[in-house]
Amino acid sequence: MQKRLILDSHQLEITVNRLCQQLIENHGNFSDSVIIGLQPRGIYLAELIKTRLFNNLSIEVPLGYLDTTFHRDDFRRRKKPREPSTTNIKFIIEDKNVILVDDVIYTGRSIRAAMDAMITFGRPRKVELLTLINRKYSRQLPIEPDYVGKDVNTIKTQRVLVEWKVQGNKEDKIWLITEEIS
Amino acid sequence: MKHLSVKHLLGIKSLTLDDINLIFETADNFKEVINRPIKKVPSLRDVTIANIFFEDSTRTRLSFELAEKRLSADVVNFSASTSSLKKGETLLDTVNNILAMKVDMVVMRHSSSGAPHFLAKHIDANIINAGDGTHEHPTQALLDTYSIKERLNTVNGKKVVIIGDILHSRVALSNIFALQKLGAKVMVCGPNTLIPKYIRGLGVEVELDVLAALQWCDVANILRIQLERQQIKYFPSLREYSLYYGITKRMLDSLDREIVIMHPGPINRGIEISSDVADSEHSIILDQVENGVAIRMAVLYLLAGLPTPN
Repeated sequence: MQKRLILDSHQLEITVNRLCQQLIENHGNFSDSVIIGLQPRGIYLAELIKTRLFNNLSIEVPLGYLDTTFHRDDFRRRKKPREPSTTNIKFIIEDKNVILVDDVIYTGRSIRAAMDAMITFGRPRKVELLTLINRKYSRQLPIEPDYVGKDVNTIKTQRVLVEWKVQGNKEDKIWLITEEIS
Repeated sequence: MKHLSVKHLLGIKSLTLDDINLIFETADNFKEVINRPIKKVPSLRDVTIANIFFEDSTRTRLSFELAEKRLSADVVNFSASTSSLKKGETLLDTVNNILAMKVDMVVMRHSSSGAPHFLAKHIDANIINAGDGTHEHPTQALLDTYSIKERLNTVNGKKVVIIGDILHSRVALSNIFALQKLGAKVMVCGPNTLIPKYIRGLGVEVELDVLAALQWCDVANILRIQLERQQIKYFPSLREYSLYYGITKRMLDSLDREIVIMHPGPINRGIEISSDVADSEHSIILDQVENGVAIRMAVLYLLAGLPTPN
């Protein structure tokens, strides 16, 4: 197994700040905008963005957690069912600008499931996608993120590991892991 | 990733503590789903479920059907009263014919104890026992213990008394298994004639005095008197039963603390429970019904998600 660092904590800091500035450019004072973090791993980035926006603008952008397990298209096609996480959206997204936040986009299937799950909370005016890592050339659906932290070229045997401090890791770090093919 | 240790839900007895906890955790998520503006998820959209009820049921059947529909499954209903069983078809033939129409899961209620176990040996589909004779009613016990956990935060260490017709009750037996697996202390209470002899062998306390039982417990689960299952008279009259074992507000007021009141339904108001108790704030009867849908969604989801042979 090979482990290569894609972003260290300093670079990650710069990247997240840049993503926030891009959001501010497009959403202004966020009066009609909400953030939805995708369970289980997108919620840490979503929290981080919410805090940064508050520090920059003193604006509290509504944040919800969305679990997509029940909307996935691989149910009964995996060895075991996926374990669901909590959905916690305390607002209606009807006519809002929704920013979906996830850590990594790979095949695009999670995002498809997320969009399906999201519309049970109303019909948004516009939906945008923000991901920290974009694994290029691996999409199985016509879905692309609007805001990208870093583009990475990967192959199938590789995976991206995102470590957050709030999860108990020493530092925020993102790794690219390559499994040996035996 | 956790998954159930069983392919069928035949009874609580065959579940592990991990299974029960996994069902509870999954039910938490489904409870959130059924409180959304749109209460439906597409998980089981390519799954067909047959509800086969050889015995009458309103609540359980409705609850299962709602759970199935909220998971987007295709549902077919079958009741014995309108079927070819009357023409002499056997249970196995009936079910095999239904399965030949490509049904993935079977929810079954039958008046004979062990009927779903018999089927499980002969067919491939996942089977969920919705009550077999006087044996088990696993989803009821799961929703009962889930409701206790929701109200008291835990089941472990709590004292639960089951009051009424223990002899004919599958709810009682399944509840005893579930409560004991979750670490609760269990007592049964009722007229001596309605308490089976084997029950002490399950590690359950027996109390004939209902006031003493109420004084002991944190939770009282009150069962219906099942007149339709009683071939002979086990007590002189319903009035007399009600006089000695009916739970009234006065009884609850005489206790030195508050207890939780449960009832699996259907309630015979004024017989085993008085109206003011059933409608009081101690009662979680309607929570049980709401949780029933979430629990059944969790069971269906977890069983359907297991790898299929075809």
